[in-house]
Amino acid sequence: MNYEFDWKLVTTGEYGQWILEGLVVTLKLSGISIVFALLVGTIIAVFRLTKFKPLEWFAIAYTEFFRNTPLLIQIFFWYFGSYSVLPESVNNWLYDHNFEFAAGVISLTIYTSAFIAEEIRSGIFAIPKTQLESSRACGLSFIQSMVHVILPQAFRIIIPPLISQFLNLIKNSSLAMTIGVMELTYMARQIESYSFHGFEAFTVSTLIYIAISLIVSFAVTQYNKYFLRTINY
Amino acid sequence: MHWDVVWNNFDYFLIGAYPEGPLGGLAMSILLAVAGIFGAFWVGLLFGLMRLSKRWWLRWPAMVYIEIVRGTPLLMVIFWFYFLAPILLGHTLPEPTRALIAFIVFTSAYIAEIVRAGVQGLPRGQTEAARGSGLSHYQAMRYVILPQSLRNMIPSFVNQFVSLTKDTSLAYIIGVNELTRTATQVNNRTLNAPTEIFITIAVLYFIVCYVLTEISRKLERQMSRYQARG
Repeated sequence: MNYEFDWKLVTTGEYGQWILEGLVVTLKLSGISIVFALLVGTIIAVFRLTKFKPLEWFAIAYTEFFRNTPLLIQIFFWYFGSYSVLPESVNNWLYDHNFEFAAGVISLTIYTSAFIAEEIRSGIFAIPKTQLESSRACGLSFIQSMVHVILPQAFRIIIPPLISQFLNLIKNSSLAMTIGVMELTYMARQIESYSFHGFEAFTVSTLIYIAISLIVSFAVTQYNKYFLRTINY
Repeated sequence: MHWDVVWNNFDYFLIGAYPEGPLGGLAMSILLAVAGIFGAFWVGLLFGLMRLSKRWWLRWPAMVYIEIVRGTPLLMVIFWFYFLAPILLGHTLPEPTRALIAFIVFTSAYIAEIVRAGVQGLPRGQTEAARGSGLSHYQAMRYVILPQSLRNMIPSFVNQFVSLTKDTSLAYIIGVNELTRTATQVNNRTLNAPTEIFITIAVLYFIVCYVLTEISRKLERQMSRYQARG
């Protein structure tokens, strides 16, 4: 093994700049997708619990299908095949505005929202039925009692599993490199092919991913310790 | 719509160029997943038991391994083995083997956590009774704790297998000719039917994963009937 380590190369100068840019794109991609996935996931979870059958069936089909197909295939589908699914005007707009990034956001959102919907559903199940019954009896509509009574309580319970879904999303965002989104993994790969110093580039970017997940899981443990046990029914 | 593209290449999606050429397509994906879960089970069991050990020099390495692997994207793990194995070993391995090693390393960390949760989920009385009957720690684990807790873990293992089956699609990136790669090959060659191709591939993955998910749900329902209690 004759390999010269050169840590300066990837932490400073142009390559260091690439790593930083990649990190920013990773955080942006994950941040935007998290917000959308939470929104879509909540809607799907509520659909699943309505008495209106077609909505329920749609929600079941949505969660089952998107949870049981690989994210990579979904990314390729939106990247290569979106022109025949989305309306032309939307597509033209996307082509003008960083289409790779948009395809990444769409696929990460849909994939993660299917998992989030299941988490939220189990959170809603953990809320005693009497909560819904009494809020309906107070004259709130189904939507109102969901928004003002059930969901605020359910979200408090499911914050830890929700956070681990967010962490999965951040790790999954590395797949966006396959369609040319210049995020952290893409940049590490690029440094490897420019300089043949893959070892350093992969080490630095792996450490960044691990740091993100350690910080977040530490925060979740603290949350579990000090906040969750105060909730009793 | 160009469904004929899908239809003409359907056997390529299923088994690749086999028997004239190397095995590929869905068969390769399933082969990778089965070999991966088998390897990951043994490695994960080892790390899970180390993680539970009272000796710090066994527990800490397992903790570090599990945390590092679970904090790293699978794609990164695959790149590690793809680019760095040749540097460390001094010679190259075939792509499917490199991908397989990455899958085993990645999945074993998750299996280790399943094992830990499964063993800890068993009532404490089981260990106490086994030790009280004069079995050593190893014997208690081997003959009393693991046979019960491993059975309880089966649904989680099946779920992990479903994840791994989906994850095998990442082997595409380093050139393993599995289902996703056959799809992109056909897509690059024909260029006129990406929607049809990727819908077909998604459905193929869905069938495999959904059947497995249903099996895991059924097992979970059956398991809950035969639980050791307090």
